Amino acid sequence: MVYLTRLEHFNAAHKLYNPNWNKEKNDEMFGACANENWHGHNFDLFVTIKGEPDADTGFLMDVKKLKLIIKEHVIAKVDHKNLNLDVEFLKGKMCSTENLAIGIWNELIPHLPKNVQLHCIKLYETPRIYVEYFGD
Amino acid sequence: MSKKVAVYRKEHFNAAHRLHNPEWTEEVNNKVFGKCNNPNYHGHNYELEVKLVGEPDARTGYVMDMKELSNIIKENVLDKFDHKNLNLDTMEFKDLNPTAENIVVVIYDLLRAKIDVKFELQVRLYETPRNFVEYPV
Repeated sequence: MVYLTRLEHFNAAHKLYNPNWNKEKNDEMFGACANENWHGHNFDLFVTIKGEPDADTGFLMDVKKLKLIIKEHVIAKVDHKNLNLDVEFLKGKMCSTENLAIGIWNELIPHLPKNVQLHCIKLYETPRIYVEYFGD
Repeated sequence: MSKKVAVYRKEHFNAAHRLHNPEWTEEVNNKVFGKCNNPNYHGHNYELEVKLVGEPDARTGYVMDMKELSNIIKENVLDKFDHKNLNLDTMEFKDLNPTAENIVVVIYDLLRAKIDVKFELQVRLYETPRNFVEYPV
């Protein structure tokens, strides 16, 4: 079993705000992140797949194809966007890094070839904060 | 021989912004600023490097107490811009396009007003790990 990781990046605006709570409760829970006018981040996205290398190519997967899948199904939807307003797969969800990682996992799964498994979505919100999602 | 030493303090903040010239049509804005013109904004983790040049003080050995420099940056820059929308939440960019170039000049002016003129000051601002600007040059 080999694990292969592709790093991509995007930047976006968001806010952490639960519409079912009043402003005071949102400010108390989310602090500066609840700013109604948004703030933003440079996100670094690590997509890790796993499987057996192909006998003929030596590849687990052509990384160029993996890059195109990530670009088409994730980066094009989130880069230079407002995560709360512009991103269909986050509609109705809290735009935390945790939920963004799960959403990215779900966007990628249908488009990966049968012979590889998605292993991990690792998503940096800042250079000091990241989450990992393994699909379970 | 000069005993000037450069000292650096790194800080960071994150913010939303949009690049947009209100005097242009939407079409021209889109052509010039592309996806940076998204009306719903996008955002960045900004990394800030502040450079001071001066001679170490004979008594302390410091060019400047870095804690003091950190406090000046925090009070005059980070408290204004961190977790903010640069276009909507700040006076500085009410009528100024918040490009990295304009942000670095604004930050320099804010800090220059608070730092003794005996120190040379230079500010470097990373908008992304690959795009950064410096002022003055």
